[in-house]
Amino acid sequence: MADVDTVDTIEIHVRVNGTSRRETVRPRLTLADFLRVNCGLTGTHLGCEHGVCGACTVLLDGEAVRACLVFAVQANDAEVTTVEGLTGPDGQLSTVQAAFREHHGLQCGFCTPGFVVSVTAFLAENPKPTDEEIREALTGNLCRCTGYQGIVNAVRAAADTAGTAVTEGPA
Amino acid sequence: MAPTGGDAAYVGKRTLRVEDPRLLTGTGTYVDDIVRPGMLHACFVRSPMARARVLGIDVSEALQLDGVHAVFVASDLNPGVHEQWYTLNGRDNPDTPRPPLAEDEVRFVGDPVAMVVATDRYIAEDAAELVVVDYEPLPPVVDYATALDSAESVHADRPDNLVGRLGGRPMADLDPVFERAPHVVSQTLYQQSHGPVPMETRGIVAEYAAAGGEMTIWAATQSPHEVRSFCARLLGIAEHRVRVVMRDTGGGFGQKVLPQREDMCVMLAAARLPAALKWIEDRQEHLLAAGQARHEHGEARMALDDDGGILAATLDHVQDAGAYPTPSPVQSGIAVGMLFPGPYRIPEGTFSSRFVFSNTSGRVAYRGPWQYESMARETLLDTAARQLGLDPVELRRRNMLSREELPTANFNGMPYDHISPRETFEQALTMLDYEAFRREQVRAREQGRYLGVGTCTYVEPTAGATPFHATEGATIRIEPSGKVNVYVAGGSCGNSLETTVVQLTADSLGVAIEDVSTVQGDTAVTPYGAGTGGSRSGPMTAGAIAGTAGELRERIRAIAAHRLEVPVEEVEFVRGRAWAKGRPGEAGLTLAEIADIAYYQVHALPPGVPAGLEASGRYHTPHLMIWANATHVCTCEVDVVTGEVKLLRYIVSEDCGPMINPSVVEGQIFGGTVQGIGGALYEHLAYDDDGNPISTTFMDYLLPTATEVPVIEVGHVETPSPGPGGYKGVGEGGAIGSAPAVVNAVADALAPLGVRISRLPLTPSSVVGFVEEARTRQAVTL
Repeated sequence: MADVDTVDTIEIHVRVNGTSRRETVRPRLTLADFLRVNCGLTGTHLGCEHGVCGACTVLLDGEAVRACLVFAVQANDAEVTTVEGLTGPDGQLSTVQAAFREHHGLQCGFCTPGFVVSVTAFLAENPKPTDEEIREALTGNLCRCTGYQGIVNAVRAAADTAGTAVTEGPA
Repeated sequence: MAPTGGDAAYVGKRTLRVEDPRLLTGTGTYVDDIVRPGMLHACFVRSPMARARVLGIDVSEALQLDGVHAVFVASDLNPGVHEQWYTLNGRDNPDTPRPPLAEDEVRFVGDPVAMVVATDRYIAEDAAELVVVDYEPLPPVVDYATALDSAESVHADRPDNLVGRLGGRPMADLDPVFERAPHVVSQTLYQQSHGPVPMETRGIVAEYAAAGGEMTIWAATQSPHEVRSFCARLLGIAEHRVRVVMRDTGGGFGQKVLPQREDMCVMLAAARLPAALKWIEDRQEHLLAAGQARHEHGEARMALDDDGGILAATLDHVQDAGAYPTPSPVQSGIAVGMLFPGPYRIPEGTFSSRFVFSNTSGRVAYRGPWQYESMARETLLDTAARQLGLDPVELRRRNMLSREELPTANFNGMPYDHISPRETFEQALTMLDYEAFRREQVRAREQGRYLGVGTCTYVEPTAGATPFHATEGATIRIEPSGKVNVYVAGGSCGNSLETTVVQLTADSLGVAIEDVSTVQGDTAVTPYGAGTGGSRSGPMTAGAIAGTAGELRERIRAIAAHRLEVPVEEVEFVRGRAWAKGRPGEAGLTLAEIADIAYYQVHALPPGVPAGLEASGRYHTPHLMIWANATHVCTCEVDVVTGEVKLLRYIVSEDCGPMINPSVVEGQIFGGTVQGIGGALYEHLAYDDDGNPISTTFMDYLLPTATEVPVIEVGHVETPSPGPGGYKGVGEGGAIGSAPAVVNAVADALAPLGVRISRLPLTPSSVVGFVEEARTRQAVTL
């Protein structure tokens, strides 16, 4: 009888939001399920499980990836940051998270962790984006509630806030 | 009605959402986040054929797989159905079939035939592949538009495939008007199947404690109480033995307003399993089997006089019900015909609507389920304008209702009042600078570029008073510390209902918003309510809170008056503090002190005032519905070579009465509008001729992304409703007005080529097809 789940398990070592984890997993376990089920980090959401919607976006060694298209074993020896890891120790919102709240960049909130993680990675790479670059950067994430308007405004504001913080000083 | 606190400190403001901190930090609780001890996981075996006889199902191999707990087929689960009906529809009204699992025949690709239960979803999916179903293919009825004439039947007991029909006066009554009219315009427009497609798929966890006979359900739902009622009836257990909990639901848009067949399977199976059972739909299942909407067409006709005055209008409408609609479309489907006259002076007319079975995914509700009334009417008006050589805006101006003409009723007897169609129309056109756009369009055409403008003006019944929807309850508890908890039924799927309720309560009581929290979505602790849907939550919860808070406020003032030794009418209570009128500087009483009296110094209460500070109230709306209205205006450029439609400007002028929270109102408009844009241009739950769905991933079912959608500019006209606070519903409208405006804009852009749009969506290939068809037609004419 075919039993694809009897393949040997593999031990992996992953740092998740700064905490080291050593786990034994089946090779077919996705990173998304590893985070949600094994680590109990349910902020990473699954909207399509085929790499289009972006709801499961996490940072893998700083780079935004779709956790539904990555196997947990591929994260061996890597650093994973989920939406839970972007929040300050006292629960304070990051610049991006605060901008989403301020600009009504979320409604049902299901796609939101993916957007927040993607935008965090995008602004790290491109701190001063044009409006067009912002919209282009957001095309990897689907939202069904907001019509994207609040999200685009939030990213603009987050970029401007971060830019202000970095560039503005006593003249 | 002014807030009873007389202190609108929060209502009308862009209050930040109380939902956001948990949702932004990944700490919300969606149904898939629920974990129960020993929880089992379900996976459905679904039909790969549009129609086939089920000759046999062999589950033996699946059962041998380690971790598989059970494999259920129809004969296991279906006999467990005690009663099966939706409150909205009622027990005794005609309904469509709804077996949990397919019995002798599968009726669409995705039809559930077996349910595997295993220790995790991976194993459940492995086992599902090992279930062997022996199918004998049958010829499917794929196209609803020809189903009425098909020799084949989707359901054997409905040989003609007709679910039902509804209509107004006989079409023939109008023949004399159409025969005598100087101008008659007619067109048939086919709208494609698409749907709500929330980012969170369907999902449910059901846990039955057999010893106590208690069922607990966690669900992605718009209506926890309807899930409770439905489950109690389904299993034949008492309603108070079922508890349904939902905290965060990832979008609904009508999809999650009612439990469906898979939910029935989970409820039935959970009642015989030793642990909780979880089913989380995957996206492919969702696009196969969660349902479709808006799949319809109609022949719309108008008779006009020489000045463009509309003399009469008719709509002959046919809608696809799929194989298993949720619920039967016959009751709610009447809205298409009833609203077809829209915001226009049309002396007479009628409609006919037929709802037809097909071997495809079942019809579900989708945000503004009657949207086709606007699609049919507004595109016909543009066609009429072109035929009469009038500007479409001018044609509308000659026929559109304005405030001065109210109250009035449309030719179906729908009573209109407290609306402002003409005012929103003019505001939107001013925001665009319509004349300037027309000049720009002329210049562009001279350069061989095709620009267009389209409008859609609609009126929309919100907060409708069906028996199911006509009341809403609220319980407010001022705790001994003076902090406030407000309990409402909930069902928020992104509707910002927590923030709305907190704002309304803070103002109605007269307390600081930080001191108010809300509990929603748990049937064990909240008042009964129909949930979110029908653009009802704003007006209905406002009514419930105003009444309940008003009662508590009187008690607060009575206690304060007694302690301050002044008459009640001399007590001010603002922002959680009471003092004697004219003496704000003197020591008053905080709400905490008043609560302390109410709970712990009961002997010090004034005569007749009960102990504690808690009240429950239920609002019963006296209004059949509360009308809202809006105008959408869209401009676009069409590339006639590639067929690409680029939206340039998008304007919505909306009248939802006074806004409780402008950010929430605008968010609803933006989101609904973009769903309509998706429906006009991209989204298509398409089937091939054999009934195979061909858009079962997000690579094929195209949702709009951030680069496809324009900036949406919003204007407000404010006409208070007769309901609580003057509020109106605003959830659905965006999704009604947008698709017709976009279609009209594309048609306007391509008008110089003689293009006639007869099918949606307007994908690049279909636009190129329409352009070629027009060129061929004109070549033949020449």
